[in-house]
Amino acid sequence: MTILVYAEHDNATLKPATLNVVTAAKAVGGDIHILVAGKDCQAVATQAAQIAGVTKVLVADHDVYAHQLAENISLLVKDLAPNYSHIFAAATTNGKNFMPRVAALLDMSMITDAIKVVSADTFERPIYAGNAIATVQSGESIKLATIRTTGFDQAAATGGSAAVEVVGLAEDAQKSSFVSEELAKSDRPELTAARIVVSGGRALANSDNFAKVLAPLADKLGAAMGASRAAVDAGYVPNDMQVGQTGKIVAPDLYIAVGISGAIQHLAGMKDSKVIVAVNKDPDAPIASVADYFLEGDLYQIIPELTAKI
Amino acid sequence: MKALVAVKRVVDYNVKVRVKPDHTGVDLTNVKMSMNPFCEIAVEEAVRLKEKGIITEIVVVSVGPAAAQEQIRSAMALGADRGILVQTDDNVSPLTVAKVLKAIAAQENPEVILLGKQAIDDDNNQAGQMLAALMSIGQGTFASKVTVADGKMQVEREIDGGAQTVALPLPAIVTTDLRLNEPRYAALPNIMKARKKPMDTKTLADFGLTSDSKLKTLKVEPPPERKAGIKVKSVDELVDKLKNEAKVI
Ligand SMILES: Cc1cc2nc3c(=O)[nH]c(=O)nc-3n(C[C@H](O)[C@H](O)[C@H](O)COP(=O)(O)OP(=O)(O)OC[C@H]3O[C@@H](n4cnc5c(N)ncnc54)[C@H](O)[C@@H]3O)c2cc1C
Ligand SMILES: Nc1ncnc2c1ncn2[C@@H]1O[C@H](COP(=O)(O)O)[C@@H](O)[C@H]1O
Repeated sequence: MTILVYAEHDNATLKPATLNVVTAAKAVGGDIHILVAGKDCQAVATQAAQIAGVTKVLVADHDVYAHQLAENISLLVKDLAPNYSHIFAAATTNGKNFMPRVAALLDMSMITDAIKVVSADTFERPIYAGNAIATVQSGESIKLATIRTTGFDQAAATGGSAAVEVVGLAEDAQKSSFVSEELAKSDRPELTAARIVVSGGRALANSDNFAKVLAPLADKLGAAMGASRAAVDAGYVPNDMQVGQTGKIVAPDLYIAVGISGAIQHLAGMKDSKVIVAVNKDPDAPIASVADYFLEGDLYQIIPELTAKI
Repeated sequence: MKALVAVKRVVDYNVKVRVKPDHTGVDLTNVKMSMNPFCEIAVEEAVRLKEKGIITEIVVVSVGPAAAQEQIRSAMALGADRGILVQTDDNVSPLTVAKVLKAIAAQENPEVILLGKQAIDDDNNQAGQMLAALMSIGQGTFASKVTVADGKMQVEREIDGGAQTVALPLPAIVTTDLRLNEPRYAALPNIMKARKKPMDTKTLADFGLTSDSKLKTLKVEPPPERKAGIKVKSVDELVDKLKNEAKVI
């Protein structure tokens, strides 16, 4: 068995999500190759070659892959597919964008959001916002899956010395073109990789309070900041901060939910966190059902006090 | 210009489903069913394009049981013109749904095809991308803004780090994210009018398809329970617990 892992990166650095996917590949067993597709992405290939357990790195460095357009990436992956028993990508917006396209080009079904490798052809995945876990077996000749990073530890980023091979393909589907990108800048750790996440809900009431009440706590803890859909929809914080079924899935050591009621869709994105703290003025808020520590009260009193005392 | 919108009948988003005791699936008896929320957003976007004069006809398709007529009628009450129900009582994989939609698109020739980014039952997030691949056309997934002009579509997409904008020649596919729009409520007269709008019923066999899939669900289990937490009385107690019991700070 040889498994192809699609590298998540920004053309300069390899994203840690790739390391979780490598661990999923190791659970399958077999040779592990990494595909780095991008533009001027040699540095990423060098990093990928150092991941422990990886035997080969394929680099497709070309303009057509610069922005990870699914139309182009999927053609590349499809052409490489016959060499592999499994193709895995992180269940990020990027992985979810191109992988189903690869599957359809191969006329195969795929598995979204695998959280566990049961055997080489059988995987667990959450359905119904995580209220059920399905065990699914793939009878396809190539097992295609996106991997939920919270389900797997990160493989060691160093210790390996894989051969790097250039892939000559440059497939331009000419079905889409990149216009622009606006990436949020933040000095905080990335939401899906952070050890501590501090999230705010509708109760924060405006972006000012996110900055003045919640941010100091996050800063003191060195935490990433997240939010409920209600807070995002209301424009208090950017979209990419949404935690939940249809936002980001996080499982940090500590998740602090502030003024978040705990709707099913929100819980789906954070209930696998190691320790959950909820601060809410309603003792019956559903978030209490998953909180290890629930502190009832007004966040505007509690959060500044908490920030001062830790 | 024609729009094709795919809508799925799913468990209502407010329902917390339970796994069946025999672990064959989730218990759907007497559970409220609705249009998948992302599909509602797709219908709303099509209606807005029609109101702007860009789209002239909206065709809705659902693959599902006879009862999925309700969701097609709901889409018509929101402004869709015509419905196609591809009737089956089986679970249908996103790949099969994509094949059905491809066949219907070949008959209808829509320029704009809208789907939800994911169905909130199986949480697959696949059908739109698969359809785009099968049709060999461009995709604007997780859309937060769509503009159609001069034979082209521009889609702003929600991506992990922020937002990306892509341009796609028509026909093209959009899958909707939550911030694309806020669906309207259907007004009573529109609900009445929707009853008279045309709806075709087809089967998978009409398209030479079956519900077979190479993915088999072996079992469905409840997620691991979290052990019950405690209520703390004060910030001091919380800080103490986090430092000395949980040891996370
Ligand atoms: C298709 C779909 C997808 C969705 N996806 C997601 C998703 O990915 N993520 C997500 O989060 N949601 C999602 N939702 C929305 C979800 O259903 C809830 O509406 C949302 O999570 C509620 O956000 P909230 O908890 O901030 O707001 P609310 O439910 O309004 O809760 C606010 C909470 O703050 C408390 N509060 C108020 N004032 C104070 C105070 N001064 N001090 C302390 N506590 C206070 C209240 O007691 C309440 O519990 C989705 C919904 C749909 C339909
Ligand atoms: N059975 C179905 N009938 C109609 N549309 C569907 C069906 N299944 C999926 N879709 C469409 O595909 C989108 C994504 O679904 P999925 O890939 O299953 O998560 C949904 O929001 C619908 O627009």
